[in-house]
Amino acid sequence: MEDNEKRLVDLVADMDEEEALALAKEMLDGGTDPLQVLDLCRQAMDLVGKRFESGEYFLPELILAGEMLDQIGAMAKPLLNESPDAPSNKLGRVLIGTVQGDLHDIGKNIVTFMLDINGFEVKDIGIDVPVATFVEEIKAFKPQVVCLSGFLTLAFDTMKQTVEAIEAAGLREGLKIQIGGGQIDETIRAYTGADGFGLNAVDAVNFSRKHIVGA
Amino acid sequence: MTTDDGAVRYAEKMRRVMDAVELRRPDRVPTAFQASFWLARYGGITNRQLMYDYDKACEITRRALLEFDPDLFYPIHVTTLGPVCEAAGFKQIQWPGHGVGDNQPFQYIDREYMTADEYDDFLFDPTGFYLNSYLPRIAEAFEGIEELPKFAGLYYHQLLGNLRGFASPGAVRSLAALQRVAEEAQKLAKHRVEFNQEMAGLGFPVSHAVGTNAPFDYLGDFFRGAKGILTDMRRRPDKLLQAMDKAGVLLLRHALAGAKASGNNFVFIPIHWAADSFMSQQQFATFWWPQFRKLLMGLIENDLIPVCLWESVCTNRLEVIGDIPAGKAIYWFERTDLLKAREVLGSKLVCLRGNVSPSLMTTGTPKEVDDDCRKLIETVGRDGGFILDCAFGVPDETPLENVRALYQSVHKYQ
Repeated sequence: MEDNEKRLVDLVADMDEEEALALAKEMLDGGTDPLQVLDLCRQAMDLVGKRFESGEYFLPELILAGEMLDQIGAMAKPLLNESPDAPSNKLGRVLIGTVQGDLHDIGKNIVTFMLDINGFEVKDIGIDVPVATFVEEIKAFKPQVVCLSGFLTLAFDTMKQTVEAIEAAGLREGLKIQIGGGQIDETIRAYTGADGFGLNAVDAVNFSRKHIVGA
Repeated sequence: MTTDDGAVRYAEKMRRVMDAVELRRPDRVPTAFQASFWLARYGGITNRQLMYDYDKACEITRRALLEFDPDLFYPIHVTTLGPVCEAAGFKQIQWPGHGVGDNQPFQYIDREYMTADEYDDFLFDPTGFYLNSYLPRIAEAFEGIEELPKFAGLYYHQLLGNLRGFASPGAVRSLAALQRVAEEAQKLAKHRVEFNQEMAGLGFPVSHAVGTNAPFDYLGDFFRGAKGILTDMRRRPDKLLQAMDKAGVLLLRHALAGAKASGNNFVFIPIHWAADSFMSQQQFATFWWPQFRKLLMGLIENDLIPVCLWESVCTNRLEVIGDIPAGKAIYWFERTDLLKAREVLGSKLVCLRGNVSPSLMTTGTPKEVDDDCRKLIETVGRDGGFILDCAFGVPDETPLENVRALYQSVHKYQ
């Protein structure tokens, strides 16, 4: 049994999708606790995340890892009596969305995935998100970190407006805001008044880690 | 200005640009001007008006060229596509007045336009795949075109009998709609050609007439979508490689035919998927570069000048993409440091273009823009082989004074 456990972690982490799915099915059919199977996937995702951070893996592997996780999750979850990923087990809450006027979501989705597999409770509120929606969502979800995503240059101003609105609503204290996207740099971070900017998903994870876990 | 003045200016600008392309030191650093929706701001109209009003777009561009005096200007046809998109019921972008606000730029919709199990259809018969599956998905005007006869394999009596497909309701509707789209597209093309001729008469060369894409980008952006092509690299690498080989041939044919018809030797290639952070060096060397290099060489061997816009940061790719003949292309880098590019590629390989950052253009002062341009001119442009431009066109939100600062800088610094 232990052999299978290690094998599942390796198959997922090594991107062997076909074998990984077959083994996960075999284990679930054989009565392995579905929570155990999901936990093995989490261990595999941890390896995937580390390999991504070290420059061994890139977007194709992140996306495929996400696909495997979804498929194994779909097999395991109907067999569960309790909900996996109880929020109490998470490191902290991160809210993410693409700012108003911008419809791009590829970067945002990758950041969301990386935050998720790194143990954060992530709420993704989509694309073209109005300033007021960010404020409402922050009130409801109470994140410690907010990530504003945007690919177009028009996002410079809507990011700035979003940061200002968060501040005006009295929600800035204790909250850290990071911006990210194809055109973002330190100049735009200063312009928007955000606390940090990221060029990739690893930056986003490190920022959240620093401000939530303190590491 | 007389016609002769225009001809002299045109020749001067082209010589300046070609000196840069062929790695000589021009009389001054040339500039290129791509302004897309910034033109609406400059002309005091909405993006939506720019998208729909050909005459107004021409008038504003004319005014901008006379003010900024660039050596190359981007053709107007992309930001005036509104009527053609409208007539076609085009689904791959949302544009001002149709899906996005009147003052927003158009945005491409990343989606899976070809499913994974359709690779074989594409590979066996690309035209059939376009007609039967792809085109009806990307524009309403094509809906029904799949009812046309499937010609390949038909012959003699069967061919005649199957012609009845032309009278099927979907095909009739689609053909009529496409004729309306074609009329609008002709109108746009006429404006474009006349405008380019008028501008040539005033001394302004247009930067290119045709564009193309890397085989990977073509399949990734316009067929499989980001998620699709990234997983294909792992799940079905052989199909992807085969499809790119096929696509490369088609893309080259179109680029050659278009460039020949226009008489313009520059071929614009915006590059979306080469960035350092997207795939590993090994994946880049397998799935991206060989197919692209083949396309580049096909253009170069036909005396065309590829203008490659390398989006994002491509620093780790520099050594690989340096494998091209000297003095035959323009490498326009968006976020790759140009000095680093010069260092790795050397000063005797390829003309560099760029790359004043959008953050500086939109939030900096004219003095800061001037300082940055001066630095680029005096370092990257020191020995020639350099065209000054923004990182990826003038950002829509740029203050006018910053645009002026950029285009004036080449007259101040050597």
